[in-house]
Amino acid sequence: MYKVKVFVTLRESVLDPQGTVVKSSLHSLNYQEVTDVRIGKYMELTIEKSDQPIDEAVKEMCERLLANVVIEDYRYEIEEAVAQ
Amino acid sequence: MRFAVIVFPGSNCDVDMYHAVKDELGAEVEYVWHDRESLDEYDGILLPGGFSYGDYLRSGAIARFSNVMKEVVKAAEAGKPVLGVCNGFQILLEAGLLPGAMRRNESLKFICRQVELTVENNHTMFSSAYEKNEVITIPIAHGEGNYYCDEETLAKLKENNQIVFTYNGSNPNGSLEDIAGIINEKGNVLGMMPHPERAVDELLGGADGLKLFQSIVKQWREAHVVNA
Repeated sequence: MYKVKVFVTLRESVLDPQGTVVKSSLHSLNYQEVTDVRIGKYMELTIEKSDQPIDEAVKEMCERLLANVVIEDYRYEIEEAVAQ
Repeated sequence: MRFAVIVFPGSNCDVDMYHAVKDELGAEVEYVWHDRESLDEYDGILLPGGFSYGDYLRSGAIARFSNVMKEVVKAAEAGKPVLGVCNGFQILLEAGLLPGAMRRNESLKFICRQVELTVENNHTMFSSAYEKNEVITIPIAHGEGNYYCDEETLAKLKENNQIVFTYNGSNPNGSLEDIAGIINEKGNVLGMMPHPERAVDELLGGADGLKLFQSIVKQWREAHVVNA
């Protein structure tokens, strides 16, 4: 079993309207040191072992469904979970 | 000419679309559920607005994997007219039938009001009944209509005249180059955020959308009906 954490955010080159608003809110709270906020999605996947290498499988899932690579970047962390 | 209105769980403009085609345009139309295996019997495919699959993950991201979408791709490849409005446009983008993607509106607000559009290209099967640069009034109703594509794609859209409608005057959602609607290279798949199907009767606030449907039928007749 694997526990996979997937993080999806808008690409650097794409303006993030939510992030922009949150940044200006932080500024109004006097956190002037905040120069950028990017808002994204966080997903946790539990995946059983299969013939396909886990790294390849997760990458494929990200490319095909979890992220829209036209505007989004993704990264993931894979942990091997021990059955309880 | 027979139209199909594709219905996904969460579609909510399907009835408007059906009404526009059946009662205002006077063409044959049927609702088609998202699990349908074939669209062979239809000449035109309409993807209505709404919130297919609750907009889970991203607008249109789940709908694009439904059974019927394989058939929509086939219909598009066969050259049949495919129109996606609002959520339908988002589905066409997710399916890769049109280039680019949608972001949240710049204001982060859901906007529901009339907007003015400029007809940028009237040499398409969806816009031939309009004049070039004609300004029309069509309602919008969306929270994610902020169109985006990379520079290379934008250059291509311009070069091939694929930008069919732009917002005239103020841009409601922050979309790139005021883009409101684009067509594929082949010229048979149109996606647009504004709702032409909600502007087909003066009684309901305007009829500027009707010409879009009339354009489709006109083109189809010219291609399929032999003059006696």
